[in-house]
Amino acid sequence: MALLEVKDLKTYFATGDGIVKAVDGVSFSIDPGQTLGIVGESGSGKSVTCLTIMGLNPKRNTISSGEAFFKGKDLLKTSQQQLREIRGNDIAMIFQDPMTSLNPVHTIGHQLMEAVLLHNDVPKQQARARALELLKQVGIPRAEGRIDDYPHQFSGGMRQRVMIAMALINNPDLLIADEPTTALDVTTQAQILDLIVKLQQEYGSAVIMITHDLGVVAEIADEVIVMYAAEIAERGHVDRIFNNPRHPYTWGLMGSLPRLNADVERLVQIEGQPPSLLRPPKGCRFHPRCAYAMDVCRTVDPVLAPVPGEPDHLQACHLDAETKTREAERLLGAFATEASAS
Amino acid sequence: MIQYLIRRLIWAVALLLVVTMIGFVLFYLVPANPAKQACGKACTPEMIARVAHYLGTDRPWYIQYVRFVGRLMPVSFHGGPHFKTPNLGKSFVSNQTVNRIVVNAAPETASLVLGGVVLWMLIALPVGILSALRPRSLLDRTTMTGVLIGVSTHPLFLGLVLLYFFTNKLHWFPIGGYANFWHPAYGEPSGPLQWAYHLILPWFTFAVLFMAIYVRMIRANVMETMNEDYVRTARAKGAPESLVMRSHILRNALLPVVTMLGMDIGVALGGAVFTESIYGLHGLGWWTIWGLNNFDSPTVLGVLVFATTMIIVFNLFVDLLYAWIDPRIRLA
Repeated sequence: MALLEVKDLKTYFATGDGIVKAVDGVSFSIDPGQTLGIVGESGSGKSVTCLTIMGLNPKRNTISSGEAFFKGKDLLKTSQQQLREIRGNDIAMIFQDPMTSLNPVHTIGHQLMEAVLLHNDVPKQQARARALELLKQVGIPRAEGRIDDYPHQFSGGMRQRVMIAMALINNPDLLIADEPTTALDVTTQAQILDLIVKLQQEYGSAVIMITHDLGVVAEIADEVIVMYAAEIAERGHVDRIFNNPRHPYTWGLMGSLPRLNADVERLVQIEGQPPSLLRPPKGCRFHPRCAYAMDVCRTVDPVLAPVPGEPDHLQACHLDAETKTREAERLLGAFATEASAS
Repeated sequence: MIQYLIRRLIWAVALLLVVTMIGFVLFYLVPANPAKQACGKACTPEMIARVAHYLGTDRPWYIQYVRFVGRLMPVSFHGGPHFKTPNLGKSFVSNQTVNRIVVNAAPETASLVLGGVVLWMLIALPVGILSALRPRSLLDRTTMTGVLIGVSTHPLFLGLVLLYFFTNKLHWFPIGGYANFWHPAYGEPSGPLQWAYHLILPWFTFAVLFMAIYVRMIRANVMETMNEDYVRTARAKGAPESLVMRSHILRNALLPVVTMLGMDIGVALGGAVFTESIYGLHGLGWWTIWGLNNFDSPTVLGVLVFATTMIIVFNLFVDLLYAWIDPRIRLA
């Protein structure tokens, strides 16, 4: 049975200008121990999807619908009281910016122990021991001496390690990592990713990795969701997404990945800006930026349908299968030539 | 830490010297002859000269200033170094020492200011927090209207209005005056109950302006802190709302309020002048006005020295408190 099963999730925000459809009918599931990568541009609804599952959207002006079954319980219909018991215990979250995600007036020991004590009826000594154990596991040097330090005494990478320790301290079944490496420098990024993968194996947690970096997804994900303008554009096994991408937006994302061996003058970029979610384009939301747009794309919103011969690989695009196969092969072929040329 | 304190003390002394010197020069510039005033109407020039010599006003201002500072020093080298009580001199007009005036006036002002601060914080804290929790609700709109009225109402006006209704019409409160907290003076109301009873209107008059400012400040700070990432982290940990509010939002949102409070106590002392005048409280503000009206420089300067010292001490205390509650600040 799936650990988390999300069906037709919608999150709308009522603003002064109208209703912003931040997530518009997203479905996916994740099995225990699995890693799901959610990729997309800023504002495509990746983070809001996860915040909705956690029940962390601001209560006021937010309308959510759909289902999110976690271990058989619909999180969208669970009371705040019960959600609190799940948050930080069964589902934990790591945020994007470690510089602002820790409370500046409490020691990191205090903040780690708080996470333990909120969900376990244990003496403080034991909570502290557990906090220390986690700090060592995430690789904080001289953890004994640093547990009583304040967040401002740590670097960004070290703070993200503390955040990871805090997320894993209650041994969660599901870890949601919301762009955990975006705010870090490149060498630290790799270390933090390795750490998440290592600890995921140790703890057996499922991981949802939200990122805009396809490289990260290729490295650690089992399943991939590509989101565009609040909807899923393509969904499938990491292998299939990278070897047989079926959506022009995915092609665009892959084309804009920098490659060291590439002989091209400049990166391929997706023309234009992501659409406003206040008034999304009619038809396929990607059509104003799509090089393959046809008349039907401007009027009919494509449904998420399986790729012929691949029942677990879904995509939402009107383009005919032959053109897609041809274009995907051309793209992959270009990569291959680059690779062989170097 | 010790180094920091020493540096602050040196600054405090320098500040006191500058403040008193400016005060001295200002009084020297005023075309008034304190000796003539003290002597009375039927004085001959010789008598005035003798009084001036007695008061010390026949000397140039810098000699007078050096003498003033000498009296103020807590140590004396006259007849071997020893400690002494700082002496603020003697009033030219009333036959009292300024030390006496300050000792009598300070408790009245302290009662007014400290009670007023407690009142304004007691009201501003819950109202500010509640408004922040429900922005644009009926409570919030009412509060913001109240804030607008509060910041635009001068204590003089408010004091008179309150006196008219609650004393003149309803006879609920005394017309003014101060009831001693401790010693029951013969024939005069005293004791904690009378003390508070006499001070209710003054406290309110004094507090309204700052109450309004603080409601708005607390509301803004709390609203800003509620959107911080670490508050979301606390919720993601599964912390209940009460804990999120107490330990994560308020702890951070009230840090700047503590700083502001430290600075505003000084401003508030200035505001106490109005309240004391209306309600006939013979506090520091009342004596300042009295001293200015009577060209009595020792009284005014004495109150100035005392008030400045208190503000310096209070700010130092707030700085130390701040370093203690905000770990990011280490005094150096």
